[in-house]
Amino acid sequence: MTLTSPLAAIGRAFLALLASFGRIVIFAGQVFVLAPRRPFYLRECGQALVQIGWFSLPVVGLTAVFTGGALALQIYSGGSRFNAEAVVPQIVAIGMVRELGPVLVGLMVAARVTSSIAAEIATMKVTEQIDALVTLSTNPMKYLTIPRVLAGTLTVPLLVGIGDIIGVMGGFMVATGQLGFNRAGYIQNTVDFLTLPDIASSLVKGAAFGFIATLIGCYQGMRSGRGAQGVGAATKTAVATASVLILAANFLLTSLMFSQ
Amino acid sequence: MIALTGVEKTFGANRVLRGVDLQIARGSSMVIIGGSGTGKSVLLKCVLGLVSPDAGRITLDGEDVAHAERDAFLARFGMLFQGGALFDSLKVWENVAFRLLRGARKRPKAEAREIAIEKLRRVGLRPEVADQLPGELSGGMQKRVGLARAIAAEPEIIFFDEPTTGLDPIMAGVINELIREIVVEMGATAMTITHDMTSVRAIADNVAMLHGGLIRWTGPVADMDATSDPYVQQFIHGRAEGPIASVR
Repeated sequence: MTLTSPLAAIGRAFLALLASFGRIVIFAGQVFVLAPRRPFYLRECGQALVQIGWFSLPVVGLTAVFTGGALALQIYSGGSRFNAEAVVPQIVAIGMVRELGPVLVGLMVAARVTSSIAAEIATMKVTEQIDALVTLSTNPMKYLTIPRVLAGTLTVPLLVGIGDIIGVMGGFMVATGQLGFNRAGYIQNTVDFLTLPDIASSLVKGAAFGFIATLIGCYQGMRSGRGAQGVGAATKTAVATASVLILAANFLLTSLMFSQ
Repeated sequence: MIALTGVEKTFGANRVLRGVDLQIARGSSMVIIGGSGTGKSVLLKCVLGLVSPDAGRITLDGEDVAHAERDAFLARFGMLFQGGALFDSLKVWENVAFRLLRGARKRPKAEAREIAIEKLRRVGLRPEVADQLPGELSGGMQKRVGLARAIAAEPEIIFFDEPTTGLDPIMAGVINELIREIVVEMGATAMTITHDMTSVRAIADNVAMLHGGLIRWTGPVADMDATSDPYVQQFIHGRAEGPIASVR
């Protein structure tokens, strides 16, 4: 043990992180290269669209409605300190659409979909189903990864759009039911305040987060170790990695789209 | 003919294959025996390209498999995996007809289903099984479905990885008979990995013993009992004493 040992350990961890990031980038590159090439597995794409999009709706809706309601209460409470209670509709709208809607939906998808994809593919690897695919002349990247990544990239923006609307409605219900806001006025303020770039940014973030969530699930599943422990580790790493990357991507996209 | 020359494979510090030389004649049934962890499955996966050898050459009818066109190469193979490796989300018939539902050998769905049911019948399963999910079947039935999938596209070469592991003696006998019948009927080249001596005697034309990363002995199954090779003798009689360490 020398004085430089801790530095060496940090260096090794950093290099491992960079190597891991590099492997993810190469994996993403393979997706872009293979996606436009035949064969196309339309049935698998359809199933992934339903699994990722449709079945995520309840959790997305519930998350959004409670967040929108809580946001309205917080803004009202905070705003009342300097007589700005009236801005609740505008702040709920911009908060949900620009930031909370995409991020919360992204994180919910990471929790529900990334974990499920990673566990499913890791189990397939452990039980030799991935090898079986290869021996049946089927590229696992084309058959397993591309349908899921495509479905994530297409459906998560829709989920974000729906989450935004439900979140705003959550704020509306609390504001009009509990805080005494006028219904027509609340809706009018929301509609007037939101701009097209706000909505577009929300959907772009949704597409990016959907891509990340599904890509990482597939990547970690394909790299799973042996046995139940390998499947568990792949699932845990997938959710943690996807969540961190979604939050990092959110910062990056917000900086690109909204920094003056 | 499948020919392996000087095939080596190392995982970390573990040298699994140390220069395997082996030839499997067209239409013959070769069984590779050896203790657990001796690299039998790795050898098989090297031939299929699922694992890349570190050194050596593997040829199929004289063509280096490393340079073969993958889809055309794999289309010549069928494989029964140790655990069946059936796709959980697909019905039994969709598993069996997997290759017939996509890719170069794609057939209309109804025809693929008909072929799948015929192959299921061939391995002794009723047509009703076709619409069940793999998870609803017993281990023996899953093995048979795996066998039906391996033969569905009528491959020239079939690999069997521990075909009777985990089965009761009666079901193991049924699977052994099926493998022998199918291989003879189809005229396929077969390569089987097992440490079940009953399977060896039922399936093999030729036997090769893998130990310490090398083929220790190879020859016709009829010569196996008479060989003086101490590794083979210890293995086939299941003795604890001999050149193969019982603690590994």
